[in-house]
Formats: sequence, structure tokens, C-alpha cells
Amino acid sequence: MQESEDVQRFERIVMPHLGAGYNLARWLTRNDHDANDVVQEAYLRAFRSFDRYRGGDARAWVLTIVRNTCYTWLRQQRATESAHTTDNVDDGVAEIPADPATEPEVQFIRNADRQLLREALEALPPEFREAFVLRELEGLSYKEIADVANIPLGTVMSRLARARSHLQHALLRRMKEGAG
Amino acid sequence: MMTCAHTQPLLSAYFDRELDIGKSLEIEAHLRECVRCATALQQHEATRAAFATPSLVFAPPAGLERRLHTALRRAAKPKARFFMPWRWAAVPLAATAAAVLSWVAAVHTSGRDAVSSELVSSHVRSLMVDHLVDVATSDQHTVKPWFNGKIDFAPPVADFTADGFPLVGGRVDYIAGRAVAVVVYKRRQHIVNVFIWPSGSDADQAPQTVAFQGYHLLRWQRSGLTFWAVSDVNAADLESLARLFQEPQIS
Repeated sequence: MQESEDVQRFERIVMPHLGAGYNLARWLTRNDHDANDVVQEAYLRAFRSFDRYRGGDARAWVLTIVRNTCYTWLRQQRATESAHTTDNVDDGVAEIPADPATEPEVQFIRNADRQLLREALEALPPEFREAFVLRELEGLSYKEIADVANIPLGTVMSRLARARSHLQHALLRRMKEGAG
Repeated sequence: MMTCAHTQPLLSAYFDRELDIGKSLEIEAHLRECVRCATALQQHEATRAAFATPSLVFAPPAGLERRLHTALRRAAKPKARFFMPWRWAAVPLAATAAAVLSWVAAVHTSGRDAVSSELVSSHVRSLMVDHLVDVATSDQHTVKPWFNGKIDFAPPVADFTADGFPLVGGRVDYIAGRAVAVVVYKRRQHIVNVFIWPSGSDADQAPQTVAFQGYHLLRWQRSGLTFWAVSDVNAADLESLARLFQEPQIS
């Protein structure tokens, strides 16, 4: 079989970002099976619209498609689960903490084990979770996150601020409950 | 002088080195004096250190790349149109993503506090790198035509350098679900954002001060337009700026 040039070009440019795409899908779907399906669907979708790829940041381009495919999946999940969560995801400015964190609290966060971190991140609303995953696990800049999530730069800033604040509160709540 | 109320919303962006140098220096000065904000920054550092665990990045399962390799080759052939390998059919993605986003945007508090909150958020965001102005110039004759075609009304734009409010530029922002004009001024080292949109009535209203989360907001109505000036400068400075806007030569 003659391999099409398109496929080879696609695999050369887009396939290197399969790791980033899978990681984002895995965090948004929260399970292996659906992450697998979503990534396969997204990559086929990306291939079909590859003629619209105009060079530039291939990682951001394919992450955008993975992200949108994840949101379609999430929306279907919400439709099947009768009650979806109504997390407060407003983009207001971050609240001021009542008390400064103590040294043991900072240490607890620093040394939190993998399971605790994973539960805390999985519990975030998807809009905050994706911003945090793209920033902290994939190392994207605010500009790149804005492109992938199709939101203004300022919204990236407020979502990340709130993601961090939610995560820290969740971890410290576990500390008070005696985890770790 | 930065306060905690000014620092907290920016701290995460400061931590990510996404603020401009001026704001970063102000925050550093505040951090030297404020234990609460300094420990909040330490929490961000600790969070990053914790999540740097490599095992929190999920690697693609063995075989995924090979399955894609096969699927792509099949998709490249014309009969691929009839091949539907996945559990669910394709749906119009852009529309559903937009629906999710608008659902997110719809979760909001109501009333004037909500507008104040949006205005303060927009002001805070404007302090980020590359976000302050879309058109950067002190020339009012450049800013004014720039708004044409971007919004459906003509905001008054004037440079008040002689009165201590040099014009920095303009941008379009979204407040309360509509596109609004933002005319940006400097007052000493501070930024003043003046938000302008049609008020829906011709009644003029004298300036009223609203304080919100440590910021001053001054609201007035004139010639069918609503104005909100937002800044961390003092209320008297904002009132001087409002008076300049009331002068008849502005158009």
C-alpha cells in the first residue's frame, strides 16, 4: 500500500504531541478508557482538518482539538448523569485568605502524596483543571493556554488563580482530616 | 502602594512571571512587607513542587500510537467516510463547545455588584502583559477611529496630559455581556481604565463613587453613555478625570 504524503506529514508534525494530548484528555475524562477514545477521535478529526493547519504551534493546534473533543464528551456525560455539578466557576478575582498559611501547611502541600494530589486535581471543575494541567504539567504559557481553551488571557489568569486556591484549600482540608 | 486586595488576584500570574515588570516590582515590594501574601506565594511554590511528580503525567497506553497509525491510513482512503470506529458519532463540535462556554459564563451574581466585580476583574486583567491596550498611542485621533467598526457607538476620546492624565490607548472589552470601549489613562504610576457603553437613556447622572475590593469606581452618565472609571488611585483623582470628561470640547 502506498502511504499517502498527507499521513506522513501529519505523523511527523502532530504525532510528537500525542503525549500532551493524551495527558490532557486523561485529566479531563478522568479515566483511561474514555481518554483513549477521545484521543483517537480527536486525532482523526485533526487529520481530517489538517489542510486548515497553517504551520505554527502544532502542539497548541492539536491540543485545541483534543480539548474540544473532551468537552463534547463531558457534555454527553452531563446529559446522561441526571444531576450535574454547578460548581461556581465565575471568573472573579481571587479571594483574600482569612489567615496566612502556616509553615506546616506549606510543607504538607509540598509533600502531599500522589493519590492526594490526583484526587484534589480531579475534583476541580474542568475549566480550572484544564488550565492547571496545561500550565503545571505541560508547561504552556498563558498565551498558549488562551489559544487552546479559546478564552481571553485575563480568563486564563483568573482560572489559574482560582485553580491554585481550590487545590490548596482541598489539600489543607485533607491535612486537617488527618491524611498523610 | 500595593495592598493585599491588589496583590492577591495578581499573585498567581506574578508566580508564573506573566506580569509586566512594573507590576512585578510593586508586588515584590509588597511581599517584603506582608507575611500573608508571602506565604500565599510559598503555597504556590509548594503546589508546583508537589505536582512536579512525573507520575502525575499520564503517558499514552502502549499501542495507541500504532492504532492511530492504522486508523489514519484507513481514513486517508475515500471509503473512510463509511468507517465509524468509535463509540459515538460526530456532533457539531464548535456549537457544543460554545454552549459549554456560555453555560460557564452564565454563572454570575446579579446587580450592580456584579458589574463592579466584572469591571474590577477587567481592570486587574488589563495590568497583565500585552493586555492593557489593543491600540497603544497617546494620540486621540488614532484611538477614536480605531473603535469604528469594533463597537456600535462612538466613545469620546481625549488626551489629558496637560491635566496629569496622559492617554495610553484603548481596547475593546466585554462587560455584562456586551462589547464596551475602554479608554486607558495613566495617573502618575497608576492605570485608570474608563469603560464606556450606551446607557439606554438620555438622562445625565452626576459622578457617584463605588468602592469595591480596594478599588475605586466612579460612575456617571452623559449624552446617552455610561462611564465607569476604575483604578487604585484615590477617589479625588478619579473625580478630576470625570470632570475633564464633562468638559464640552470632548467629543
